[in-house]
Amino acid sequence: MSLDNKKVKEIAHLARLNMEDSDIEQATAELNNILSLMDKLGEIDTGDAEPMAHPLKMSQRLREDKVSEDDLSEEFQAIAPKTGQGHFLVPTVIE
Amino acid sequence: MHNLTVAELIKGLKNKDFSSLELTQHYLDRINNSDLNAFISITEDEALSQAKEADKKITKGSSSILTGIPYAHKDIFCTKGVKTSAGSKMLDSFISPYDASVTKKLNNENMVMLGKTNMDEFAMGSSNENSYFGPVQNPWDTNKVPGGSSGGSAAAVAARLSPFATGTDTGGSIRQPASLCGITGLKPTYGRISRYGMIAYASSLDQAGPMTQSAEDAAIILNAMAGFDKHDSTSANKSVPDYTQCLKNSINGLKIGLPKEYFSEGLDSGVEKIVMQSIKEYESMGAEIKEVSLPNSVHAIPAYYIVAPCECSSNLSRFDGVRYGYRCKDPKDLNDLYLRSRSEGFGEEVKRRIMIGAYALSAGYYDAYYLKAQKVRQLISEDFKKAFKEVDLIMGPVSPTVAFDLGSVKDPVSMYLADIYTLSVNLAGLPGMSIPAGFSGNLPVGLQLIGNHWSEELLLNAAHQFQKRTDWHNRSPAEGQGARR
Repeated sequence: MSLDNKKVKEIAHLARLNMEDSDIEQATAELNNILSLMDKLGEIDTGDAEPMAHPLKMSQRLREDKVSEDDLSEEFQAIAPKTGQGHFLVPTVIE
Repeated sequence: MHNLTVAELIKGLKNKDFSSLELTQHYLDRINNSDLNAFISITEDEALSQAKEADKKITKGSSSILTGIPYAHKDIFCTKGVKTSAGSKMLDSFISPYDASVTKKLNNENMVMLGKTNMDEFAMGSSNENSYFGPVQNPWDTNKVPGGSSGGSAAAVAARLSPFATGTDTGGSIRQPASLCGITGLKPTYGRISRYGMIAYASSLDQAGPMTQSAEDAAIILNAMAGFDKHDSTSANKSVPDYTQCLKNSINGLKIGLPKEYFSEGLDSGVEKIVMQSIKEYESMGAEIKEVSLPNSVHAIPAYYIVAPCECSSNLSRFDGVRYGYRCKDPKDLNDLYLRSRSEGFGEEVKRRIMIGAYALSAGYYDAYYLKAQKVRQLISEDFKKAFKEVDLIMGPVSPTVAFDLGSVKDPVSMYLADIYTLSVNLAGLPGMSIPAGFSGNLPVGLQLIGNHWSEELLLNAAHQFQKRTDWHNRSPAEGQGARR
């Protein structure tokens, strides 16, 4: 499966990464080179092998539904790029 | 002093041969005089105050076994109040508001953190050249790479800038740099050590471990790092044995498997020679050597380089310039903020893997890539299961070559191919080790030991027995290759 420039732009958008037109040729070539390695997967007979998502057969632990952490919002906001009145600030979304 | 192992330093502190403050100052001096670029941050003030605190505890008799022992912490573990960058511009200004569980465990022992070690950005790389803070030099030959991603940790231990260091291993990131720098590195079974506060790359593969001079030290440090953590939902609720207890056991009759696929095309003859010499050493200790087959191990590269980028593209979506980390200047709208913060904050290899992951997970391609890779992962895991019915341990090379020249591997695919012997261990969640086994030319070669799930005791035992009969692990570039301490 080979990618073209248009598809690479689309993936960049999905990944929220900037893709300048001047870089796209090289990015496409590089990704195609990598994908040619991955395409070998298609040649492997996996029979009825069960997909393995995790190395250990364990199930997700549940915990009691109660507050377990202290309120550290001030400490967390102290390292944020921009905050105001207890909120993380971003450029205006709705006028 | 800096050639002493952790085990010897523990005795020295106990006998009052030196104080933790003296020890700490000695290592800080060595770090400050080193040009290897092994550290991203040197935490001198904190280290000196931790050392003084440790000395007080030792005097009062309220110390634990590791109190006052200095160490270097991979910059992927969150450290409260100290920059935690993961080797990325994205987190260059990130002062962690909390401690990783591993950090907390080492702090509880009153250990002394000397600094945070350099690494490939977000642990993605096999040469440490992907760090925003510049590459680390291999202390055996400063024109060579130290390996990656825990390259700073490996170089620091090899150059005796720290008695031991922490590392993390997603596809070989403890074992490969340990091999290339001639130190001992252990990647435990997935779930043995908490991942809480360890910046995530690929969550189903990431595992922390010790990087030390000797297997005995690895056992001592694993004792301190391992254990259940309710903050990590994949942490195994399993008791932790005292890993130092098993070291002295005889390995007479131990069945060692050599996967024939690990000794085929692509393996450097100098590396192969050293690995085979080590196997002979095991044979002379009474081990039984047997050929085994891991037929799907050759598929580990495509399987890993789908699974890991998929998990990374999901994990790294949290870096959006909103709550912490890098934010671009003057974003014109929210989308511009996301796009430019991520594009300016991430390095080339990280962006490449995010792109691969985003593609492999996208509609229409999921079955062909991600699902298929997970099926291959199952086959790789089953190969090991079969092999461990016949043998106790598997041994082979860690890396197909010794350390290569800085800047010499430019093509990402060639770099990926060098991970062939380490990736399948992570895919199967098994414990693996690299121990110094000799030299090819002037550069160290590691021997890889692979065990079944939860067999760290046997791995450490086999490694320790080898180190009782060989002195490769005692060699340090600080004194020249042949120097004995």
